[in-house]
Formats: sequence, structure tokens, C-alpha cells
Amino acid sequence: MIYRETGQFKSSYESDQALFPIKQDRYVILGVLIVTFGVVPGLLNEYWLNAILLPFLIYALAALGLNILTGYCGQVSLGTGGFMAVGAFSVYKLMIAFPELGFIPLVLLSGVITAAVGALFGLPSLRIKGFYLAVATLAAQFFLIWLFNKVGWFFNYNASGMINSPPMTVFGVIITGPEGDMTGKYYLVATFVALFALVAKNLARGRIGRNWMAIRDMDIAAELIGVRPLIAKLSAFAVSSFYIGMAGALYFAVWLGSAEPTEAFDINQSFLVLFMIIIGGLGSVLGSFLGAGFMVLMPILLKNIMVDGFGTDAALAAHIEIITVGVLIIGFLIVEPHGLARLWRIAKEKMRLWPFPH
Amino acid sequence: MTERNIGDVILKVDNISLSFGVMKVLDDISFDVRQGEIRSIIGPNGAGKSSMLNVINGFYHPQQGSITFKGNTRKQMAPHVAASQGIARTFQNIALFKGMSTLDNIMTGRNLKMKTNLFWQALHIGPARTEEIENREAAERIIDFLDIQAIRKKPVGKLPYGLQKRVELGRALAAEPDLLLLDEPMAGMNSEEKEDMCRFIIDVNDEFGTTITLIEHDMGVVMDLSDRVLVLDYGKQLADDVPDKVRTNQTVIDAYLGVPHE
Ligand SMILES: Nc1ncnc2c1ncn2[C@@H]1O[C@H](COP(=O)(O)OP(=O)(O)O)[C@@H](O)[C@H]1O
Ligand SMILES: [Mg+2]
Repeated sequence: MIYRETGQFKSSYESDQALFPIKQDRYVILGVLIVTFGVVPGLLNEYWLNAILLPFLIYALAALGLNILTGYCGQVSLGTGGFMAVGAFSVYKLMIAFPELGFIPLVLLSGVITAAVGALFGLPSLRIKGFYLAVATLAAQFFLIWLFNKVGWFFNYNASGMINSPPMTVFGVIITGPEGDMTGKYYLVATFVALFALVAKNLARGRIGRNWMAIRDMDIAAELIGVRPLIAKLSAFAVSSFYIGMAGALYFAVWLGSAEPTEAFDINQSFLVLFMIIIGGLGSVLGSFLGAGFMVLMPILLKNIMVDGFGTDAALAAHIEIITVGVLIIGFLIVEPHGLARLWRIAKEKMRLWPFPH
Repeated sequence: MTERNIGDVILKVDNISLSFGVMKVLDDISFDVRQGEIRSIIGPNGAGKSSMLNVINGFYHPQQGSITFKGNTRKQMAPHVAASQGIARTFQNIALFKGMSTLDNIMTGRNLKMKTNLFWQALHIGPARTEEIENREAAERIIDFLDIQAIRKKPVGKLPYGLQKRVELGRALAAEPDLLLLDEPMAGMNSEEKEDMCRFIIDVNDEFGTTITLIEHDMGVVMDLSDRVLVLDYGKQLADDVPDKVRTNQTVIDAYLGVPHE
């Protein structure tokens, strides 16, 4: 087998701590990057980019965010939809007020605003855990959606209550709204996701990530070795919301082009992203991508096979989809809480040791 | 044991009383620990030994009394403050970070030695990178010291009990504490593992000069290792003396032989 660590001796802690200590992993990542940025845009048509790759990438960013909070720091949140809405409405207001700042800085700024909101709604986590925290974040979800529906200032008193993304350019290419260039959108979103996946990986392997995991695994012991729960939990809420806010901003401005809070950001979004990290793998960067890919692709695939292939009734197909997700969630929660990412790890482990089973 | 190198008082516990509701867990306890000492606390189950450690590192807040550590007197403090003043501990029921590897557990123990901010960590360059490598070296020295190189990358939740106890000691040592509180570090171990753990405790005390407060039920171990022994029973202080005196103290013998309380 070719997937081998043998012969690759690490001569320093530095190389042992590298992002991908095993050579083959580095090649895989390099390959993925080449395909993502070099091959995909030329190969796939607009339908593929718009219906599959853009939502996959944007949800992967949101899943990375929720995974930081839930997978790494152990704090359950059902407020993802609401925080995505904060990002969307922030970027909308900013695009209208400060278009001269440029789209990329505005997306980052929307992330920062969402981070502040997330940290605020994270305050209850200092007192409550688990189920009660989930309920508190659920309250945040409903409050935020209510706010964006009720307060006209957020949607500039538009009679329909919708927000529409004005056209903005990056390097001269229109990126936002319906007039946006599809390939340009793809490049922009893919760059965002690739960079922030790297940032997530860096945070996870450093002091801050270890402190998050320490709080997740045994908060009392963490505190007794000097991890401050206040700082660890609120920073997890802030960083997580930063990601989710940027995802919300891209979701609205780049992908949808226009949005209405109840439809685009309701509680179903919260559950969708939560399912992604459960199926993909809690506490795993790779898992965030696998989960997002799975949840975006599965409905399309099922529909293609059942409705187009076997002529199944569309409503029945939708029910089968829901049942499939439900069964998978329960299955993963019981059998493999580390999700698809873990299954991938086990497969690699087997390959590494092949042909000796132990 | 080799020539003991005992210094001034590093920890002074004055008239500590702690109750949970109507139950008095600690009743007017006073003792001190000297720099470089191995100081044991013994007593039957439920005597209040673990509670005493919880008071020392700020996890329980006593109703009365004060703690003086390295000259700072306090009635109570937050656990992370105790940690930053140089108090580390292990737990009676292992409290490792189960989902993390041995190495990450020990690296987390060094968290107070690490200072770089979110920005540098996000990029993992410059100071963040240097700091990570320096602390990795320190963590590796502990891994070598405890002879746990082989389980460096293993998730600790899957390790056998004896090894988990060892990793937990490693995590506490990683903080380079001035005072190390060990709550029954040998409980549930076989005699070989116990021997190893004894050697580690002696070496830590000897080589790093770390002051140790030890709770242990194995009287052989306690009498061998300790400079002085504090005896608790039902929250009361029964005796506080050198091992030889404690061994022959009639009240202590009665408590251990289960003479009924009046
Ligand atoms: N957090 C707590 N709440 C209520 N009672 C407690 C608590 N911690 C300890 N106790 C009680 O205090 C007594 C002493 O416990 P502990 O300090 O664990 O004893 P030891 O370590 O000597 O066996 C026990 O009766 C125990 O039930
Ligand atoms: Mg105890």
C-alpha cells in the first residue's frame, strides 16, 4: 500500500507538529486544492456551481463554525440560523452604507459583528450546560429572526421585508446578487473557505483549541490547571459566530442574492448545520466538509435516483429523505459520534498497517 | 531516603472550617507545609481529605479560616488563580481530558506558560509557532520522565487505569508547580504500578524540588515517603506529626481500628 508513515522519520517536534505530518496527506490536500481552484471551474457548468458547490462551500464554512463551538468546546447551539441571519443583515446594511470598503472587508466585518452577538448570547453558557444551554440558544434563534422581521431598519423598510443584495465587485468581477459571475462567486467562496479551514485547523492544534477541548472534556479539571471557563467559552462562541456570520453573509449576498429572514434563516438551518457536524464528525475540520457535502448532495442524489430514475412521487421522495437523515443521525450518535471523518481515519489506519491486520 | 532539603513554610492553613448544609466536613483544621516537603494527609474514607485539597486550590470555599500560600493570605479564590500562583493537582477519580491525546493533555497543563493571542494562533506563525515548539519540548521532557513515549498520540480515554494516573501526574507536572497536590495517586494500582508511582513522586520531589501534599491509604507508602503526616477523622484533626510518632499515636490507632465514636 502507498499510504505509509514508514521511512518518514520526524527529526524535530516542529515537523511532527506540522499541519499534515504524513507526506501522502500533504499530496491529497495539494490535489484537492488544485482540483478546487484549477480544474472545477473549467469543468463544471453553472448548474453544478450554483446548485451544488456554492451551497456546499458556504455550509462547510457554517459547519466549521458550529464545530468549533459544539465539537471542540462542547457547547450545544441551536442558534446557527439566527447567527447566519446576523451575518446576512450585517453585510446588507454595510454594503449599502459603506460600499467603498469593498466586499471582502465587509464580509469579514459582518463576521466580527456576528462574533460580538454570538459572545453575548454565549453568556448563559457560563451558568448552564447541555439541554438548558440548547434551549437558551434556541431562544436566541427565535429572538433574532423575530428582530429581523419586526424592526424595519434592518431591511431598510422594504415593503416586502426582504433584503436584496446590491451588485458589488471583487477585482472587477461582479460577485454579489443575481447579476454576479458564477465562476467569480465560486472562486471567492472557495478562497474564503480554504483560508478559514486552515485557520480552524491552526486554532484547533494550538493552546486555544486545547483549552476549548479541555472545557469540553472536563471543565473542573480545566479550571484547576488555569483554563478560564469564561474566556474559553466566550471565545468559542465568538470565533464560532464569526465563521457562521461570514457564512450567512456569503449565503445571502453571493448565493441567494435576496433573502427573507423566516425563510432563509429559520430553525431548520440550525438543525441542518447541526446534522452536518454530527454526520461529518464532531471536533473535526475534515468532518465539517464531509458533513456539509453529504447533507447538500444527499437530497439531490435521492431525488435524481427516486423521482427521475424510478418515477417515485416527489412528496414521497421528500419523506424518504427525511427518514434517511433521521436514521443516519441516530446511527451516528449511537455508533460513531465522530462521524464520517472517523470512518475515514479508520480506513486510513487500516491502509497504513496493511497487509498486517494489527 | 536521601538528605532532606526542607525550607520555609510555603503553605499555611489556619482554622479552616467547611460545611455543606448541616454537615461539617472540615472542623477547625490548621497545619502547614514546608518548601520541599512531602506532606501526607491520611484518614478513613469521608474524613475530609479531598475536601481539604479542594479548599487549598480554590474549588471549595470554607466558611471560616484562611490559607496563606507563598505569603499571600486569602479566605477563598478562584481555581485558576490558585493555578497561576503555582498549585497543581491530580484527582482521586481521574479527571483527564478523555477525548484528547496524552501529549495534548500534557500540553494543556502548560497552558499558563503560553501567552500568544488568538491572531498569531490562527495563523500559527511567528510567536505562536515558537511558543508551541518550546512548550512541546518541555512536554516531551515530562513524557520521557514518566516513560510514556509510546502512548504520546493515544487518546487517554482508552488507556489502562494505571497509565491514566500517570498521564494525570504528567499534566500536573507540566505546569511546573511549586505545590503539587496528589489525591490518592496509587489507588487501584497493582504493586508494580505503585512502585513506579512512588519512584516518580520521590524523583519529582528530589529533582525538581517540588513540594508535595499527598493523600494515600497505603500506610507503608505514607510512612516511607512522608516528612510529616496530618491525620483527619470526620473532619477533625486527630494528629499532626512525623511518621514514627503518628504510627504509635493511640488516637490514630483507635480511629483506624474503628473504635466507635462517642
Ligand atoms: N461537594 C460536596 N457536597 C456535599 N458533600 C460533600 C461534598 N464534597 C464532599 N462532601 C462530603 O464531605 C465528606 C468528606 O468527603 P471527602 O473530602 O471526599 O473525604 P475523603 O477524601 O477523606 O474520603 C463526605 O461525607 C462527603 O460526602
Ligand atoms: Mg478523597
